[in-house]
Amino acid sequence: MQPPAHLTPSTGGVVVRFAGDSGDGIQLSGMRLTMAAALGGKGVSTLPDFPAEIRAPAGTTYGVSAFQLRVGEGEVLTPGDTPDVLVAFNPASLKTNIGDLGRDGLLVIDSGTFTARSLKKAGYNENPLETGTLNSVRTLTPDISRHTLDAVKEFDLGQKGSLRCRNMWAVGLTLWLLDRDTIEAEGWIRSRFGDSPVGNANLAALKAGHAYGETIELPSLDLLQTRTGSHVWPPGDYRTVTGAEALAFGLAAAADRTALDVVFCAYPITPASTLLHHLSAMRRRNIVTFQAEDEIGAACAAIGASYGGALGVTSSSGPGISLKAEALGLAVAVELPLVVVNSQRAGPSTGMPTKTEQADLLQALYGRHGEAPLVVLAPKSPSDCYATAIEAADIAIRHMTPVIILSDAFIASTSEPWRLPEPDAPGTNPVQFLTDPENFEPFARDPDTLARAWVKPGTPGLAHRIGGLEKSAGSGGISYDPDNHQLMNDTRIAKVARVARTLPPAVAEGPDDASLCVVTWGSTFGAAREALARCRAAGTDAAHIHLRHLHPLPANLGELLTAYRGILVPEVNSGQLVRLLRDRFVVDAESLPKVTGKPFRVDELVGAINAKAEALA
Amino acid sequence: MNAPLRVPRDFDSGQEVRWCPGCGDYAILRAVQKTLAGLDADPSNTVFVSGIGCAARLPYYLATYGFHTIHGRAPAIATGLKLANPDLDVWLVTGDGDGLSIGAGHLLHLLRRNVNCQVLLFNNEAYGLTKGQYSPTSRIGTVTPSSPAGSVGHPVSACRFALGSGAKFVARGIDTRIAELQTTLSAAHAFTGTAFVEILQNCIVYNDGVFSDFTERSVAAERQIHVTHGEPLRFGPDLNRGLILDRDAFALRAVPIGPGGVPEEEVLVHDQSNRGLATLLATMEGPDLPLALGVLFAETGSIFEAEVRGQVEERGDLPLPDLLRRTSTWKVSP
Repeated sequence: MQPPAHLTPSTGGVVVRFAGDSGDGIQLSGMRLTMAAALGGKGVSTLPDFPAEIRAPAGTTYGVSAFQLRVGEGEVLTPGDTPDVLVAFNPASLKTNIGDLGRDGLLVIDSGTFTARSLKKAGYNENPLETGTLNSVRTLTPDISRHTLDAVKEFDLGQKGSLRCRNMWAVGLTLWLLDRDTIEAEGWIRSRFGDSPVGNANLAALKAGHAYGETIELPSLDLLQTRTGSHVWPPGDYRTVTGAEALAFGLAAAADRTALDVVFCAYPITPASTLLHHLSAMRRRNIVTFQAEDEIGAACAAIGASYGGALGVTSSSGPGISLKAEALGLAVAVELPLVVVNSQRAGPSTGMPTKTEQADLLQALYGRHGEAPLVVLAPKSPSDCYATAIEAADIAIRHMTPVIILSDAFIASTSEPWRLPEPDAPGTNPVQFLTDPENFEPFARDPDTLARAWVKPGTPGLAHRIGGLEKSAGSGGISYDPDNHQLMNDTRIAKVARVARTLPPAVAEGPDDASLCVVTWGSTFGAAREALARCRAAGTDAAHIHLRHLHPLPANLGELLTAYRGILVPEVNSGQLVRLLRDRFVVDAESLPKVTGKPFRVDELVGAINAKAEALA
Repeated sequence: MNAPLRVPRDFDSGQEVRWCPGCGDYAILRAVQKTLAGLDADPSNTVFVSGIGCAARLPYYLATYGFHTIHGRAPAIATGLKLANPDLDVWLVTGDGDGLSIGAGHLLHLLRRNVNCQVLLFNNEAYGLTKGQYSPTSRIGTVTPSSPAGSVGHPVSACRFALGSGAKFVARGIDTRIAELQTTLSAAHAFTGTAFVEILQNCIVYNDGVFSDFTERSVAAERQIHVTHGEPLRFGPDLNRGLILDRDAFALRAVPIGPGGVPEEEVLVHDQSNRGLATLLATMEGPDLPLALGVLFAETGSIFEAEVRGQVEERGDLPLPDLLRRTSTWKVSP
């Protein structure tokens, strides 16, 4: 029997990074390469990396935007540690990226941009092409600017307009390197620009770049040579998807299933705004979006919407989530469903808004006043956001509780192939609002889940008052009674704890007799899975537990963890899940922290797993 | 017209009222209950949303749906509620601290968006529930526990804040003038859009008599003007005084009417569709000018939740499987 596909992710493939000015069209170029690879049935994973400034001054190192993608056979779980190919559009992008290029990597630069002025702007005293500092890598130094100008001359776009097509020339060349044709990119250019001079110039540049590779007989990088995965794509329709897109589709699926309107309330913030954009453009009658006046307003409007009988959803990133904290306390107190999406970014404060981090876990678990338990979930990949959004909505409604989804900047913006799900038919799991006035009490509870009933204002005979003041168990009247407050706190905590009864058990993947277990959550999944596959291939065995449910934790987790002599917890923070595990299960879990604003590299994890395994041996 | 089917008592939730004895809030509660009865409001379709403060306790005492939320945020909660269900009849209850200090940002946006609801702002120029600190509407020099030497900082005018925020209905009332308040609240209810009503409310414990310059029975006729659309702006014991526009000062001036004063036809006629006039009326704070009460301004405009819902309708509806495929896709065959 074949092992499950995700146990044998690809550890090979080719990693390409485009880097240039934030106005050079780097992100667009990266998406064309991604689509061309995916449409050809390759596995692909991407890492967009851009500065927070929309158009930083041209030619500066802090204005460099980059896009990395890894293309391989089979399931590609990470965008790769070090590029095999670096395409640098100017000296500044060479300077900030050359250190990452692997030994014997291929460097492609636009030599036309290596002028004295731009070298100086990038902080080079001498031209690195002439000093021998690039000798450890293979270099290809076409004058991309000149080639592009020549290719698009007939379209009269002027110097500036013509040079805007440079990225397509580079896409053409890179497609050649990847042994891909230009058909997808041509289709995209036509749909984007139509039959216009700009569109035709971009087509000409694309083809010229591709032809250049052919003319100089540049060998294609052999993807098959590096094939290690045994993954077979299950049959179905596929597309590429980012985490933000998959979350939007998941919320739409939740609206359909539950026959509810989703009222999505958000305030613009990087990197969470993409979700607001996707939902605002979505052609759905059951999705209403509201750009609120601030983060607090967004959270409160979502609570108001849930009170009104829709599914309120609010979304933000770290600092914005902090602002919503008081409102989350209200949602806990009045026991209404609410979904909160946190696209985590590097903090504290404004931090690095476009960079990723997993450092809001403890905030999600504990960052409120009073005893305010709620449910916390984390998707492990872009496509997993779809199922996570549906599950969050289901839990929020069934248990009448806020649910936080901890996504992050990496998951939100990275893309991967996705086998399209078969969504449930509309109304598959409709919400049952309470309508019967007989013996009605707003805080009477379901004996199984401890959830109270959801009553829509407008329902005859059920008019009642709720609020943030402590409520009498059952009747919901204002109560300052000490025993009642104890009871209500205990009940709110038990209600959320009981969510665990409905969760699938945690699973340890890997050999039964492993003495080391790697425990991850969120976007660290891919790098850990790939690192473990690499370790396994080299003879080091370790188990892997990946947690989607952070609160409550799966009921069997404590027992599962006792089977290992060593527990390693890599997370993109200073050690948060590890505290939770140590606290809850009194296990000797070791932290592998990282807070650079970047996701884990596979080789970092391989090194740490090997070291830990050796120490246990 | 049929007699109302409901009486004020039908809107009493039965919850024990916990305001201080003699608080102006009792009168406002009474006016609200009378208004709801007069409108024959359906308690099941009526929602009172409030923030935090003495005023914000009002929903507990009404036999309608009620949501006592968090400090200053009731406008945002009401907006979400109306987006979810535009058919609900929503009343928002706030105070000078709740609505003009911690929640001023939300109130501004509710007013400019023109969400269809009624806003009752109880203004007592003090923080009552926290034991009497000065509020953003307190006059300079107000001595409180947090301002023993007298408050500094210029107060905000609730009605001018509303007008400046783009409110399309602005009115003012006094707690104890229940009949007039009922008329104003009914007008607010009849208005489609955000209807903002400032209610001057006496805090008997921390700011007793702060409005007595205007509200004392002995001075009421001299110091209050009750405005009605299309009627001359007259006041005084025998309506013997009127408001005219002082064109040099670009301000309103109170003058005697008749012999020794101005001819009757020179007195300004109230036009509630005139935002400039409404602003001048809202600005009158004495001592030479009366306090304007009633509907100062009303202008119809597009309704936020209807516009949002309209756009959603227009955007159309695609089945999810089609939405998922609105991009390049590829097929893997078995």
